[in-house]
Amino acid sequence: MIPLVTEADVAFWIAGPLAVLGALGLVLFRKAVYAALSMAFTMVNLAVLYASLDAMFLTVVQIIVYTGAIMMLFLFVLMLVGVDTPDSVVETLRGQRVAATLAAVGMFALIVFGIGGALVGVPSVGLAAANAQYGGNTQGLAALIFGRYVFAFELTSALLITAAIGAMILGHRSRIHHRPTQRELAERRMDEYASAGVHPGALPNSGVLARHNSIATPALLPDGSVSPESVSAVLAARSEIVDSVTLSAATAKVFDSIEATRIEEADE
Amino acid sequence: MNDPWWLILIKVVVLFVVLLAWTIFNVWYERRLVGKMQHRLGPIMNGPFGLGQALADGMKLLIKEDFIPSMVDRVLFVLAPLIAGTAAFTAWAVIPFGGAVNIFGVDTYLQLADLPVGVLVLLAVTSVGIYGFVLAGWSSNSPYSLLGGLRSSAQMISYEVAMGLALVSVFLYTGSMSTHQIVEAQRTELLPFGINIGFQNWNWFVLLPSFVIYVISMVGETNRAPFDLPEAESELVSGYITEYSGFKYAIYFLAEYINMATVSAIATTLFMGGYLPIWPFNLIEPLNNPWLGPIWFVIKVQLFISLFVWLRGTLPRFRYDQFMKLGWKALIPIALVWIVAFATLQSLRTLVTSGPTIYVAIGVVALLVFGAIVLFDRPRPEPPEVPTGTFDAFAGGYPVPPMPGQVLPEQSTVVPSVAEPVATPEEQ
Repeated sequence: MIPLVTEADVAFWIAGPLAVLGALGLVLFRKAVYAALSMAFTMVNLAVLYASLDAMFLTVVQIIVYTGAIMMLFLFVLMLVGVDTPDSVVETLRGQRVAATLAAVGMFALIVFGIGGALVGVPSVGLAAANAQYGGNTQGLAALIFGRYVFAFELTSALLITAAIGAMILGHRSRIHHRPTQRELAERRMDEYASAGVHPGALPNSGVLARHNSIATPALLPDGSVSPESVSAVLAARSEIVDSVTLSAATAKVFDSIEATRIEEADE
Repeated sequence: MNDPWWLILIKVVVLFVVLLAWTIFNVWYERRLVGKMQHRLGPIMNGPFGLGQALADGMKLLIKEDFIPSMVDRVLFVLAPLIAGTAAFTAWAVIPFGGAVNIFGVDTYLQLADLPVGVLVLLAVTSVGIYGFVLAGWSSNSPYSLLGGLRSSAQMISYEVAMGLALVSVFLYTGSMSTHQIVEAQRTELLPFGINIGFQNWNWFVLLPSFVIYVISMVGETNRAPFDLPEAESELVSGYITEYSGFKYAIYFLAEYINMATVSAIATTLFMGGYLPIWPFNLIEPLNNPWLGPIWFVIKVQLFISLFVWLRGTLPRFRYDQFMKLGWKALIPIALVWIVAFATLQSLRTLVTSGPTIYVAIGVVALLVFGAIVLFDRPRPEPPEVPTGTFDAFAGGYPVPPMPGQVLPEQSTVVPSVAEPVATPEEQ
């Protein structure tokens, strides 16, 4: 029986299961975006646990770095790339599963022995005494990071900067051609207008008929013919264009009859 | 300070009501002020000064049909506005409205929670709020929404870097990340030329580069004009809220206005002395009463909101690549250099406790030199040649107006009424 005495206990029994649920969601959801969101949810719950243990700085950093930056980038890539298909089950790297199992067992052992050792082997000073040493939790962390562990801290930052520069170099592509500026584009449009009479303004809008106003509807010119610039070339290539001429045939017929009547009247 | 539960409840309720009422006021305020700037009246018909208009608009949104398009991801479509709204309200938990007061026999601050890492909490809450915009974009299952959501998240992440860097020097200067202590530290007196006229040492003065960077990045952070690219109506209809309507749309609207007030409140707290009275009112002792703190605070925040409206009424929208270039290639490097300069300065000041002004001057000069090198060290385009000589009405093949220095042929003989004759092409 675990007594629910302190706020930290209550917070643990609320946020702990939620964090586990999020972790399960990460593995079990079929949609990649949902999996990423479950992970973000787990991160937030871990932050709540830290907060209940009076580690405010760790809480906030957990949310800013993991939820705010890293998971946001994951989500960003997933949305941009649009990962929908489930991964194939064919093993592409040989011996990958064995290695992964070994690594998991090793990791688990590390966690168990690490936490166990910390619980049993080291005499506990208590949070109050540890905080009082430097005048607060944040100050204590700062003293450790920038004092005792400054070398490890700097090495980590060097590693991260190396990774960032590596990513930039991998992602860098030098332009073969000069990228036209807005001004050059405008000048080119005016030149084309002067030399070939190409209309310098925006392309015409798509058409609006009685039953269709989608971008696949070509606009009709005053003489009833179709304006080819009014629809996207992609849609034209897929031949998904609404047949404006057929749709407007009824109108054209009425117009023709009116015209015919007029001509007749003029003849008389 | 450990408040009893009933005091926390009172503070939460008051904060919630104040934020809702303030948002409604701000909607009206923005429309009236931008109306003034554009030589029109804005809403004046309903209620005193047209105040009823904003209320009626809010009510209209609440009772409109809450429409969910058929192809959306329903779970996230509903969850997204909740995240955005919650984050917008949560940020105000650490904003100090006033100093230490006594409420029903309990000594407390006029703020919901004074955390030792208060300002970082603000950054954390903002970064969670981005999820509301990104998920709205993705779950709507529409290209406009997706592009709006991606733009919004890219923009907020980029500008949060510059914003965070601008805040670092405040932490260095104050030695604390608690919002209450940052405000109290600005109470110290500034002595221009050794004369005490009651100026308070607000951070914007000493940390001017940080303040400028913060103000620029706070506009980017809230997706407001001229940085309102995520909802650029000429390109993306309404960005990530294209598919939203009714109450969910109202939440996004609310979140946008609260976020605008939030970043203004952070600027007030960190750089503008928070709830401290404005000089010269701080010389009058009764006006330093901590119960008057909220009034000073609201006045300052409202001035920042006026700045937002002013920018919206004045500046055209940025192009996306120019906007990103400003963030990554101007604001972040300048902020980094300023932090290094300021940190050096701070440690010098603790080592040699004399003449802080000269170090400030050195830092500012170094920063200005760097900024000038970065910003102005690029080849200048040659000024275009002004065509002289006779005017060709069809130069280049299409009709053109005369350039300066050219005169229309039919006007070349007309003598102008001014005393000095206009130079004709023949004279040049």
